[in-house]
This record gives sequence, C-alpha cells and structure tokens, in this order.
Amino acid sequence: MKQVHLAVQLPAIHNVTVWSDPRSESQISIDSFIRLAQAAERGKFDFFFLAEGLRLREHKGEVYDLDVVGRPENLTVLAALAAVTDRLGLAGTVNATFNEPYEVARRLASLDLLSGGRAAWNVVTSYDAFTGENFRRGGFLDEADRYTRAAEFLRTARELWDSWAEGDVLADAASGHFVREGAGRFAHRGRHFDIEGRFTTPRGPQGHPVVIQAGESDAGREFAASDADVIFSKYSRLEEARPFYADVKSRLAKYGRTHGQLKIMPTATAIVADTDEEAVAYADEITRAQVSPQTAIAHLEGVWGRDLSGYDPDGPLPDVDPEPESLVLKGHSVFRKGREETARRWRKLADERGLSIRELMIEVHGGQTFVGSPRTVADAIDHYVQSDGADGFVLVPHLTPGGLDEVVDRVVPLLQEKGVFREEYTGTTLREHLGLGAPTSPEETS
Amino acid sequence: MVTLHLAVALNDAGWHPAAWRAPDARPAELFSPGYWADLVAEAERGLLDFVTLEDALGQQSAAFHRPDDRTDQVRGGLDAVLVAARVAPLTSRIGLVPTTNVTHTEPFHVAIGIATLDHAARGRAGWRPQIASRAADARHFGRRTTPQLTDEDVLSEERIAARLRPLFAEAADVVEVARRLWDSWEDDAEIRDTATGRFVDRAKLHAVDFEGPLFSVRGPSITPRSPQGQPLVASLAHASTPYEFAARASDLVFVTPDDPADARRILAEVDTAVRTAGRDLAARPLKRFADLVVLLDDTEAEAVARKDRLDTLAGAELASDAHIFTGTPAALADLLLDWRPLGFDGFRLRPAALPHDLEAITRALVPELRRRGAFRTAYTETTLRGHLGLTRPVSRYARV
Repeated sequence: MKQVHLAVQLPAIHNVTVWSDPRSESQISIDSFIRLAQAAERGKFDFFFLAEGLRLREHKGEVYDLDVVGRPENLTVLAALAAVTDRLGLAGTVNATFNEPYEVARRLASLDLLSGGRAAWNVVTSYDAFTGENFRRGGFLDEADRYTRAAEFLRTARELWDSWAEGDVLADAASGHFVREGAGRFAHRGRHFDIEGRFTTPRGPQGHPVVIQAGESDAGREFAASDADVIFSKYSRLEEARPFYADVKSRLAKYGRTHGQLKIMPTATAIVADTDEEAVAYADEITRAQVSPQTAIAHLEGVWGRDLSGYDPDGPLPDVDPEPESLVLKGHSVFRKGREETARRWRKLADERGLSIRELMIEVHGGQTFVGSPRTVADAIDHYVQSDGADGFVLVPHLTPGGLDEVVDRVVPLLQEKGVFREEYTGTTLREHLGLGAPTSPEETS
Repeated sequence: MVTLHLAVALNDAGWHPAAWRAPDARPAELFSPGYWADLVAEAERGLLDFVTLEDALGQQSAAFHRPDDRTDQVRGGLDAVLVAARVAPLTSRIGLVPTTNVTHTEPFHVAIGIATLDHAARGRAGWRPQIASRAADARHFGRRTTPQLTDEDVLSEERIAARLRPLFAEAADVVEVARRLWDSWEDDAEIRDTATGRFVDRAKLHAVDFEGPLFSVRGPSITPRSPQGQPLVASLAHASTPYEFAARASDLVFVTPDDPADARRILAEVDTAVRTAGRDLAARPLKRFADLVVLLDDTEAEAVARKDRLDTLAGAELASDAHIFTGTPAALADLLLDWRPLGFDGFRLRPAALPHDLEAITRALVPELRRRGAFRTAYTETTLRGHLGLTRPVSRYARV
C-alpha cells in the first residue's frame, strides 16, 4: 500500500480563510504560525508550507481588500518555526525571477542547517511587470524566459550547494585547519547567470533542500519531471488528477529518475464533522463565507474586466460582455488568461442551471475537496492516493490557526490504523519523510 | 546615575582569528543552531540590551578588500536574519540585530525580512545594513561591478570611505525605502469588517513610491506594520562618509575610539554629520555606542597570557578596527564608566573568544557594573526600542 504524504499550508491572501469566523486569529502573529506548525508536527505531517507575496493584489486600481491581506517574509518565519518544531519539514516559496541564485541558495542552505535538514524550496517564476515594480530590475523578463531562467536558477543554486562537499568543515583545532582548501569555490557561466567566487554556506544536512514546483503547462511539467522533488497540483478531483499524475510520472524516465523520486501533492481542503450530514452542512456554510456577495462580484469583475458593482450578487449574470483587454485584478494569475472563454463557459453554466452570480461563483470557485466524518475523509484520502491520483495532499485549513486540529486529532489516527500513514517520524530530514534519496547534482541530470 | 547600555557583537568563534582553536571553543558547531541559541541565551541571562550578528555575502578574509585562500581561520557563515529568527522563539527580551548586505540584495526583500523578524521576536528586531566593500562580492551576483579598493586605499579609513561613497548613498536609499515600507501599513489597517466584507481598510495602506538613481520601489509592503513600527537601524562607522550615513539613516551608531581624546574627536564628527544632515535629535534620537574588542580574565596577567596564546596560534598579533581591551572585568568597568560621560549611551563589546569572553561579560562585568549602580537589575521593557528608551514612532503616512 502506498503511504500518504501530508503537508499543511497556512492560508493567505486567497478567499480560503474565513476571517469573519470568531475563531479566526491573526495571520501574521508568530503565535499563529507556531500553533499551526505544532499541530502539523503532532500529526506527523511531512511539512509546513508558506507561500510568498511580493506585491499586494489590486482590484480596480486599489489594494484588494476582501481577503486576508498581509503576510510575513516566509523563510524568516520558517527559521523561527525550526526552533519550536523538531521534525516537521519547512517549505517556502521563493521566486526565481525577482531574486539571484547566490542569495537564495545561501538562505536555503542556512535554513537547512538551522533546521537540521528540514528545508524545502517551492520554485516559482514570474515575468509580471506589476510585481516587478517592487524590485531593482523591474519586470524585466519575457514570458518565454520564465522557465529557462528558473531552470538555470535552480541549476546554479545546486552548483552553489555542491560547492561545499560533505566534510569540508574540518574544525581541527590541533592542526589549525578550519576548512578544506577550496571550500565553496564556484563558477557558473550561462545565459542568465555568469557568476563566480566563494559560496559562504556549508552543505546542509540534506545536501540540497527539497525542491517543489507547481507545473501545469507542458514546460512546467517538464521542469517538474526533470528537477523537482515534489509537485503541487491543483487537481482536487480524482478523474482530473489521475491523467495528470500518470503524465508527469511518465516523464521521469527520460531524466533517469524513478517513480518515487517525484511526489505529486495537490492542495486540498478537508471539512470534518461528527457525521457526513453535519460535515456537508458545515462545508456549505464555509463555502458561503468564502464567497461573500462582495467576493462574488469581485471575482466576476476579474473575468469581465469591468466594474460590475451595480449588479446584484443574488441576481443573474450581467447582460454586458467582458472587456478582453482590461485587467481589473492585478497580481492574480487566475484572472489573466482565457477570460473570454471562461466568461462563455460561466454564462452557459448559469443559464442551464439558473444560477445567480453568487451561486455561480460558489459553483466555480467554492467547493471543498474532502467533506465528511473522520472515517469518510480518511477513506477518501486513502482511496485518492491508492488510485494514483496523488501521493498526498497539501491541506489548506479554512481557519487560522486552529483549522488543522480536526484532521490531526480525528483523521490522522484512522489513516494510521489503515497502515497508510506514519505513526512516528522514522527520519529526521524532510528528504527522509518524503522517501527521497540523496540529491542529484547538476552533472548527473544534464 | 543613568545606567549604560550594553550589547555584544557575535561573530564566528569570536573576534580573534584563532578563537576557534581555544580549548572551550565549539568550532564544529558554528553552523548549527544550538551554538547561536546558547550564546544569545547567555547574553539574555546577562540582561544585555541586544546582540548583533555579523554577516557578509562573501567568505571572511584576513584582507579587508579582497578574498584570501586561507584555511586556518573560520570561513563560511549563515544568513544572519535567519539565525536571529531561529533564536527569537527561544528568547524573550534581548534585542536581535542581524547584519544584511544592501548593495547586492533587493531592498524589498530585506525590508520585509526585518519586519518579519520583528513580528517573530515580538518587537526585538534591529537591523545593521552594510555595504559590500569587496569587488569580488559583486561577482557572486554578476549584475554590476563595485570599486576594487587598492592596497593604498585600505591604509586610510577616509580613503576607503571616499572610494565607497556611492555605495553609502545607495545604502541610505535602501534604508529610506525600508522605513517607508515599514510605515506603509498603518497600525489599524486591518479592520475585519464583516458588514462590508472588507478585511483591510485600503485607505490605510500606502504606496511608498520611492524613486532613486539605482532603483525604485512602489510598495506598499506585504507585511503589516511590526510591533516596534520601526525596527532599530544600527550602523558601524569609522570615517566621515559612514558618519554621514549614520546621521541620515541610523537610530544607533557604533564607533571605534582608541582613547578618550579619540572618542571626543569622533563624537564631534558625528555631531557635525548630524547638523549637516539637518537631523532633529529630539524627534529622532541617535544613540552612540563605542565598540571594544575584549579579552577578560580574573587577572590582567591571565588575559594577556590568553591573548598571547591566541596570537601565537594565529601567527600574528590581534589587530582590529576597534580598541582592544585585555584585562579584568573590573578594569573594563572602570574604562566604560570613564568613557561614558564623553557622550556614549552604551558600548558594544566584541568578545575575542566565544563563549569565554561572553561569559566574562555576563557573569563578571555585568555584576560589577550593577554593583556600581550602572546597569539594570531586570529588564523593564519588552522591545528593543524600549530597552534603549526610544518611543514607538507613528507611521509617517497616518493622518492625525
């Protein structure tokens, strides 16, 4: 039986978090992060994941104000969490566009050393000039170069991690040799990066931090198959997930990699109550809170590209057509592409089913992945994994910071009972939790 | 008597290049969190105001201006902001002041990293922005070149500073951007107004719109305003250009006098820089700390002998930009109380060897100062600004 991998993401900026719930606490206080991370570790989760933000989203030219806004610099929080957890992996997104490999490799190697081998890096890319306005170079990257820069960025980071060998820190006081000759020396000459010198940070316990990717396009899937240890996917429905899983796993062989060397972990929500009926009712309540009347209109405006504030969220879709060139929501990739096609599809769905704007938005944006009693949810998670829809899940609780407790306290024990989830950590590093082998160095993969 | 402030500068195994070879050193643990956690906890037990953590984007070098290939000294280091964050939950009062480079990094990333440290440490973060003075460091990034100092340049602090003046100007811009980003969320921006469905009041989030010669940043920050509002900015200065930088950008300046006469000259230069910058010290105080490298033992003879042993291991006598004090904690207390009235708010002590000289500070110097009524007997504040008697600034964007 396949073993299930579980991770948790502290929800930020999207409308997952039901911030209006009285149990919802700060999304920025260190107490919230500690509480959620410790719950995940109590549940023997593989890792805790924090995304990043580089510019606040804007809606009609002003900061988007309906969802949780504001978050910390993620690697700094993860370093703090390393002090209050012992085994839990610590994963953060770091953009490969608005950063340079030397600094990113250094920070991740530092996090790996400071956490005893628990660091992971979710590599994302951007070419977005809107985000670029916060950075020295601005939005300098062509869209076509997103993955070429990201791939070279990752290759360069791995060269830097390999610039210190295991055992390069001698610290031999008697002989007076602190480091081995040449420790940290590197030179990389490529299209995007031409750098050389001496890297400051010794090899971390994992050799290379775990690399995570989220690839949907063909280029993204190739990048993941060649270079990533974990993929975050968005396929929460099994019938969509299985072809994706099969496709990505089938790409591994040409890079000399085995099936187990890449874990596919969709993001998912789990709504747990005493009975299935109660859970369904609770899920409905949560979904309605996630798609408030204001949120429904804002999402529609994102696709329509125009001001729809005069429309009734409980009424029918607007009689006007979308403006294809106008972007009312910036900093949000979901609403960037294929908006005309999306609008056609939505209008058809609303007509067929007689849905109001808000009902339509709940239909297309709302919805929970796993809903039911602890038994139902455990069975569904297990079935999904055993059916090769995924290797595990990144759970995104709708409440910060207590939203993982039900899963940890009620679902995890049932997965353990089935023999598909660890009862104790058997390793100390995240690589060990994920069953990944030693890292492959750039020479071996190129 | 107004008590003095005391900080320690943590660096590798200590500031003596052979410190890692001392009998009680832990050289194999320099890259492990336990080492740093133990040192900072020791400093907190001594009720010190803060620790600083060194950092650089290149390996350490015995030469100021270029890398070397030596293997007999500590080489390698961890990101200081992450080290500070790693020890933050294990401590509760001591200030944490990491160094970051501001020449090759992104101002936005650095600013939110320090703000986040302030959140993680519940108001105990500081920041020491540092320029990259070595040309070789620029090759680690490959985006730009920076001046290569000559052997003649490094003989004079003034010549170095003059050559690096554009980098200090850029650093001042980086600090300005960081300060604007820290203020870009007003304290009460988060409203969670269920009636209108709004999580934040966007009228209280502000674009910072910084435009400088080398970079621009639009803002606002992604990180809400931190517990101190403005984390403490500290800088080290040896010459006129960095004094001007401190006068413009810092809340606290570390200087390196050799003796009281030198201290008077330096403080006068700092005063001049403050006047030139047009800074109103009543509105924006500038704290002055003197840096001293310290080797402390029960008798002066022991301290001298220990320094001799380390010098022999290093193959050279200890040299430093700061005055080197070798003696007893009581004699150091005399010196601090002697220098303090010259115009210092406090001192940053650089332990020559860790943990030896740190423990001498916390377990002998601090009790000695306390006996003389010159140091706190308990923390009375919870934030770093609070320890130093600085108030929490209101966001510059707030309408009053």
